[in-house]
Amino acid sequence: MSWLLVNPILIPLLTAVLAYMFRFNPAGRWISVAGTVALLLASVLMMAEVLEHGVIAAQMSNWQAPFGITLVADYLGAVMVVITAITGLATVIYSLAEIPERLERLGFHALLQVLMAAVCGAFLTGDLFNLYVWFEVMLISSFGLLVLGGSKEQLDGGIKYVTLNLVSTIMFLSGIGLLYGVTGTLNMADLHLAVREVENQGLLTTIAVMFLVAFGVKAALFPLFFWLPASYHTPPVAVSAIFAGLLTKVGVYAMIRTFTLIFDHDVGYTHQIMLWLAVLTMVTGVLGAAAMNDFRRILSFHIISQIGYMILGLALFTPLGLVGAVFYLVHHIIVKANLFFVAGVAKRIAGSTDLARIGGLYAHAPLLAFLFLIPAFSLAGFPPLSGFWAKYVLVKAALDLQMWFVAGVSLAVGLLTIYSMTKIWGAAFWPAHPEGKRPRLGDVPVGERLALMLPIIGLALLTCIIGLFPEPFVQFAETSAAQLLDSTDYVTTVLGVQP
Amino acid sequence: MNSLILTTATRLLVALLLVFSIYALLRGHNLPGGGFIGGLIGATGFILYIVATSAAEARAALRVDPASVAMVGVGVAALAGLMSAFVGQPFMTGQWLFLFAEPGEKGLPLSSVLVFDIGVYLAVFGGILTLVFALEEEI
Repeated sequence: MSWLLVNPILIPLLTAVLAYMFRFNPAGRWISVAGTVALLLASVLMMAEVLEHGVIAAQMSNWQAPFGITLVADYLGAVMVVITAITGLATVIYSLAEIPERLERLGFHALLQVLMAAVCGAFLTGDLFNLYVWFEVMLISSFGLLVLGGSKEQLDGGIKYVTLNLVSTIMFLSGIGLLYGVTGTLNMADLHLAVREVENQGLLTTIAVMFLVAFGVKAALFPLFFWLPASYHTPPVAVSAIFAGLLTKVGVYAMIRTFTLIFDHDVGYTHQIMLWLAVLTMVTGVLGAAAMNDFRRILSFHIISQIGYMILGLALFTPLGLVGAVFYLVHHIIVKANLFFVAGVAKRIAGSTDLARIGGLYAHAPLLAFLFLIPAFSLAGFPPLSGFWAKYVLVKAALDLQMWFVAGVSLAVGLLTIYSMTKIWGAAFWPAHPEGKRPRLGDVPVGERLALMLPIIGLALLTCIIGLFPEPFVQFAETSAAQLLDSTDYVTTVLGVQP
Repeated sequence: MNSLILTTATRLLVALLLVFSIYALLRGHNLPGGGFIGGLIGATGFILYIVATSAAEARAALRVDPASVAMVGVGVAALAGLMSAFVGQPFMTGQWLFLFAEPGEKGLPLSSVLVFDIGVYLAVFGGILTLVFALEEEI
């Protein structure tokens, strides 16, 4: 059983080592593809085990919890690992056509695999300090990917990215230190029990807010999001797609995990702050997107606005709210990565991501136009796509609590999302190309066309499947939310005793 | 930097730092030390060499690409953790081999923990030097 939990971390790490050794050789990229396929298989196997047992845990090095590092997978952790593997596979296939040999020689695939290992590690760990370590590994590898190739623009974005994330890391580490000082443990299941015996609950709330700030930077919450639009449009498209899909969501995941398992002692205070942050994040993100004129910049701002929805689900702290948050998390990763892939293809055939300088995609690349509509409408929440159900559940959760204002804002933000999607449509797809170019998919060589389009088609299919058959996914999210709100299973599985 | 004192002292110090880094690595199992700090000390030796001479000379002295050293280190550490798979124990469980052991006498203990630490040493050593070379060479 324990190997099921280690595999999603170990496979990408070993793949990274192999891919680095073969980086001067075409074999390197195929090693990367094979490794990611293996990761997907391993994560599905793990998911099967989780579906059977509810929560599974493994003690690393045979040191019993709470003394050693525990890996845990509940419904939420398992589905995040599966989605990481899916996004990773799409990115690796896409990068076959997009990443030039020059970057492969610098170790692109190795960095990408290390990033995946770190993301999986963050989703699986049951130890707060270990989570910090995975955050660091993630930061280092993502910084490497961001500046790989070293153009001036990339370095500019990279420095902003790394500086702000270091601030978040310091905040996180200080929070961990204080929490350890107060409770004497860092195992999350053990913390769940230990925080209840802390006398100074005020100090605990302070620590909770430190974690909120630390994860808020990672998740790009208002007002700490400005590193994201400053950096996400600079690297190669494959890189910004996996960043857009996964990185901020690790912050959201960490927030959901800590604020359900550990910091649920003063929900009225912490989750109230979170609620207003979520609302402001939704609004500023979507307004920022409306002001932008670049394909990828618009999408970057939309990440921020969508993060607001997920945090809203957590802040409501009702079963239905958490169902919405989990459903949104999964739906968003697929849709967002896909939109970045589409932006990349548009750049490839039309020559730019600047909306003023491209056009004619609808007339000459109708397939791409159709494949853009699926994730774009899903993002805005059109029925029957996945985004509709995600928004529906969240708005329903807000209405159940009679939070009319919050529900109204989230609906208005959905409307504004459609506005900026139509802006992309109206500039990149509908009018003729300003330079008279004919952006045809057929001009891309067959092999590369396949590598570019397969991930887009695959992810669009997934969006449609979730949208048309939401029942099993919602049920899954319901079980997941129940596990988050009642941590008994989690704690007993990790510690092996009744709390 | 053209300082005679520094260049002369560096020749001695680099060797000392490298030996000391191995000492810190081996000492780490039960006492303060270990792969991480050992790797840092070892990297310090080469960083001193870069400061005293040049990045190009330090690269020539290192002979291998530091990034490869780091990746080999990650691989060694992961494989050390995998050793426990063969005896059906969880990942990273320490495996021990007691050479020349007699009753009442432990002999020479060898462990997968040390192999893991060596991997960490290489990963830190290579990783830090990759960063420092990148900073030194682009300016």
